[in-house]
Amino acid sequence: MADATILEPALPASAAKPAAYRKLLRNMGVVFGAAVITIVLLMGLFAPWLGTIDPTAINPIARNKVPGTEITIRTDTGERIKMIAKLGTDGLGRDVYSRVVYGARVSLFVGITVALISVACGLFIGLLAGFFRVLDAVIMRIMDGLMAIPAILLAIAMVSLFRSSVWTVIIAITVPQIPGVVRLVRSIVLSVREEPYVEAAVTLGTSTPKLLWRHVLPNTVAPMIVQGTFICASAILIEAILSFLGIGVPPEVPTWGNIMAAGREVFSLFPHNIIYPGVCLALTILAVNVLGDGLRDTLDPKMMKRV
Amino acid sequence: MSMYGYLFRRLLGTIPVMLVVAVFIFLMLRLTPSDPAAIIAGDNATTEQVAQIRSQLGLDRPMIEQFVIWSGRVLTGNLGESFFFKKTVAALISERIEPTLSLALFTILIAVFVAVPLGVLAAHRHGSWIDRIVMSFSVLGFSVPVFVIGYLLIYLFAVYLNWLPVQGYQRISEGVGGWAQRLILPSVTLSVIYIALIARMTRTSVLEVLSEDYIRTARAKGQSERKVMFRHALRNAAVPIVTVIGLGVALLIGGVVVTESVFTIPGLGRLTVDAVLARDYPTIQAVILLFSFVYVMINLAVDMIYTILDPRIRY
Amino acid sequence: MSNTVLEVSDLSVAIRGGDRPHAVQGINLTVDVNEIVCVVGESGSGKSVTAQAVMGLLPKGAMQVESGSIRLQGDQLLTKSDTELRAIRGTRMAMVFQEPMTALNPVERVGDQIREVLEIHTRLDHKEQRARVLEMMRAVHLPDPEQMIDAYPHQLSGGQRQRIMIAAALILDPALLIADEPTTALDVTTQAQILKLVREMQGRTKTGVLFITHDFGVVSEIADRVVVMQMGRIVEQGPCEEVLRAPREEYTRMLLRAVPSMTPPKRSPVTGPVVLQTENLFKTYGKRSLFQPKARVVAAVKDVSLTVRRGETLGIVGESGSGKSTVARCVARLVDTSSGGIKIDGIDIAAMREAKFRPMRRRVQFIFQDPYRSLNPRRTVGEAIIEGPMNFGVSRKEALQRARDLMAIVHLPPAAIDRFPHQFSGGQRQRICIARALAMEPELLIGDEPVSALDVSVQDQVLKLLDEVRRKFNLAVLFITHDLRVAAQVCDRIAVMQRGVIVEQGTTAEVFAAPQHEYTRALFDAAPGRHQEFAASA
Repeated sequence: MADATILEPALPASAAKPAAYRKLLRNMGVVFGAAVITIVLLMGLFAPWLGTIDPTAINPIARNKVPGTEITIRTDTGERIKMIAKLGTDGLGRDVYSRVVYGARVSLFVGITVALISVACGLFIGLLAGFFRVLDAVIMRIMDGLMAIPAILLAIAMVSLFRSSVWTVIIAITVPQIPGVVRLVRSIVLSVREEPYVEAAVTLGTSTPKLLWRHVLPNTVAPMIVQGTFICASAILIEAILSFLGIGVPPEVPTWGNIMAAGREVFSLFPHNIIYPGVCLALTILAVNVLGDGLRDTLDPKMMKRV
Repeated sequence: MSMYGYLFRRLLGTIPVMLVVAVFIFLMLRLTPSDPAAIIAGDNATTEQVAQIRSQLGLDRPMIEQFVIWSGRVLTGNLGESFFFKKTVAALISERIEPTLSLALFTILIAVFVAVPLGVLAAHRHGSWIDRIVMSFSVLGFSVPVFVIGYLLIYLFAVYLNWLPVQGYQRISEGVGGWAQRLILPSVTLSVIYIALIARMTRTSVLEVLSEDYIRTARAKGQSERKVMFRHALRNAAVPIVTVIGLGVALLIGGVVVTESVFTIPGLGRLTVDAVLARDYPTIQAVILLFSFVYVMINLAVDMIYTILDPRIRY
Repeated sequence: MSNTVLEVSDLSVAIRGGDRPHAVQGINLTVDVNEIVCVVGESGSGKSVTAQAVMGLLPKGAMQVESGSIRLQGDQLLTKSDTELRAIRGTRMAMVFQEPMTALNPVERVGDQIREVLEIHTRLDHKEQRARVLEMMRAVHLPDPEQMIDAYPHQLSGGQRQRIMIAAALILDPALLIADEPTTALDVTTQAQILKLVREMQGRTKTGVLFITHDFGVVSEIADRVVVMQMGRIVEQGPCEEVLRAPREEYTRMLLRAVPSMTPPKRSPVTGPVVLQTENLFKTYGKRSLFQPKARVVAAVKDVSLTVRRGETLGIVGESGSGKSTVARCVARLVDTSSGGIKIDGIDIAAMREAKFRPMRRRVQFIFQDPYRSLNPRRTVGEAIIEGPMNFGVSRKEALQRARDLMAIVHLPPAAIDRFPHQFSGGQRQRICIARALAMEPELLIGDEPVSALDVSVQDQVLKLLDEVRRKFNLAVLFITHDLRVAAQVCDRIAVMQRGVIVEQGTTAEVFAAPQHEYTRALFDAAPGRHQEFAASA
């Protein structure tokens, strides 16, 4: 009997799975995504020191200038100085380069905040629904109802209710994202509940809160990171759409969507208003999406489907 | 149970969903800080005038009573009066429905015919350069905003090459040719994200099916790879693909709103934005309710298709 | 042409990213006309890889034939192109797989799936094809072929599905049939029928059969010759009688010794106090609702009354769907009971609220079937073992000390409590689960098929351990199993369940010597190799 360990060769301790962070660093998507996001983040953070001027300053004499035009601006002290508008100016004479650089702030702030809030809310509601039968029916009916309203429409409806501000936009984008998270968490909880190790914990007399904390919650971490990343990407996208439609963040705030909205009317003559913020926006969202794909492949290979 | 019994039961199942939608939309717009009566009365109205309008609209009654009255009206097709456009919302919607419907149908057709073959090809050549291109396109499609794609296409095909009209819409009654010509750019624009979604799901589910035991059985019978793919794999992967086509309609509806603005198409999407800009609440309510209803019905239809695709799904 | 159908010589298959460089190495075996050759081995022995290599169906990219030759009726298969191989598969060689549910396309009618072979390889018209399919379905004794030809796989039973697979495999009279564990997923009575069918079909057409199995009972029923494999190599081969009665190699002897005997050992009756008593236990699933007035209500357990005494092992034996696991789960309060009583030490727990029952949980402990899923992969085995005692107020230090002692009791190194479950093999994990249960100092230990996921040699060790701890801690044990051999060895008394009802109950010796109920007798008759005493020959 004592020779059991010899008969059944155990895996050596070193055969343990490679550390998660190493696998992450080996994934091209994760590296590319994280690098681009870091650059955009730094751009937003250090916007005032990147050769920008006040992004909200209106300059009636320098309206609709193509990129590379020399313009004259007035500083805070009333001095007039000449500078090159690297990416041109918009219909109100605002410097597009400065607005694009500052625009990174709003985009990332909205994306990250929406991801955090919706994951937190979804996780909490999803755990409740997955573990308490009584709540499940009610919660899921409400979620089904919310999910029946297309996300952008729901967001549009919600921004119409309040005065336009960044927080209005954040709430309007967050609410439609929550049902998806709730569904995902609930389905994880329901499948983990069936796992023998959770049933074993039940027979060991582990109380429900401890059971959720110890055995269920850790299973949601990887999917939540992945889902949060994808939500971040779509939040940035929806914020831009709302601003573009003129119903998002107030028009004077520099956001990529607002810059494009301002350039809509004169697009065929001055495409720079759309192209530069558009490229930044697309690149940022692409980076977040690629990061999400990479995270999913390394952290959570089972969750292949993405709907 | 018969097919009709199943259909009936599923229809009943959509009632609670639509009820939640209705309650949500109703509450949302009743809880706004702005008073609809004040909006209608205009800036120069006296307090008495506003109060009179309030009671006309029934806004002074209890919330539940208002909801019941409102739901009753909606069910009989009375969607109220638009504050802003000064006509009934029902009339407004019926005017605007043709462009949106045309755009949506064009888009779905393009998307399905492009995306499904792409996804199957990517799965079949799993790991090859074709697979990588399809997947890269798919991520790109998710990432580039609809309006950026729209403007790029306009700039290229309308402004630069001058092949297609820049913007606008022509009713089908004024000539099919002009109608179709003006729909090409918006549909292609809108279909990008939809193609990305469907191609991705097709690839994933075909790949999943290809690892199933019955695929091995078919190969053990000496079946050719092409037949394995179409007779066994695609047929079994169909349910998730059809599901995502149904769920993707939500993305499509969101895209319609943006695309119609970019291409100045006078459809329901454009109406939604105009209504929001004008705080025209009855119109906002009606449009969202309509879009949600269509979305729910499409997904009900998808459920019906399941029973044809998969004999295991019992009524 | 010689008498040899299949000749594999010096076959080596390389594997990428495995724990060894070759999945199989230096394989030499032959299958003659009208001969059944059984390849037997534990999991990971390379027996399925050998079969896949012959069919040319090795998973692409992961495995590749490195050297050797495979000849089918003299033709070298390894140099054939994909097209040539496809023409051979289904006509000259065919294969039947383990899981009849997943091996059939769920969305295609079963008749069409048999017909597919004719479509690929013959020019028969539709009517002729249909006639051949019906004929074949009759040959494999499927009831009412005219009806069943249009059925979908999910509408058939497991045994019927496997008959469909066999019909599709044999419809073009291949010279070689490869059967990869074709009865492993089936119940024992169904297994007996399928084995009989394979014998019958093979005899009719003089097919050579390469039959892959892990079960020596099955080997003794069906094999003409036996090939024993271990770790990708052939250990021993020879005529069936010879290998089973007089094995030459130590490994074969060890495998045979580990097969439990069908003859129960002598046991004296246990007279300890009653720990568990169930009274008229019922468990029903499904509810009628407003929208589904005709919804089916299924009774999984009907009127089950049994008792287990301290120091006694009661076995519940039955096929899948008999309700045996449901009884166990009701007793452990993992599912709610519909009606009836469950008394632990005389206290009825059946309808007790969870909060009130929780303090009693330590008295009833559960060992699950799947050792790979019954430990939380993210927590060390030490954390798993101390979780229960700490729920009951034992200090962490004390619990850890106890955990180390328990590791020694289940014959694992005490220092290993800091390791994670993936660092242990299946058998070792099951030992850890036993330690976790023992940490609660239970009175009743429930084992729900605790050894059926394990290889036979490991199974033997775990069974011995269970018996050891039962004695040591004077436990009452409720042991759920489908395996009569296992039941014979570990149970003092057994209860035979069929469709939710206990049809027979008695001491193990009595039931095995003289089964009373018709179903019990059928079960015993179906047990493969029931007259063979494997351990004796080793």
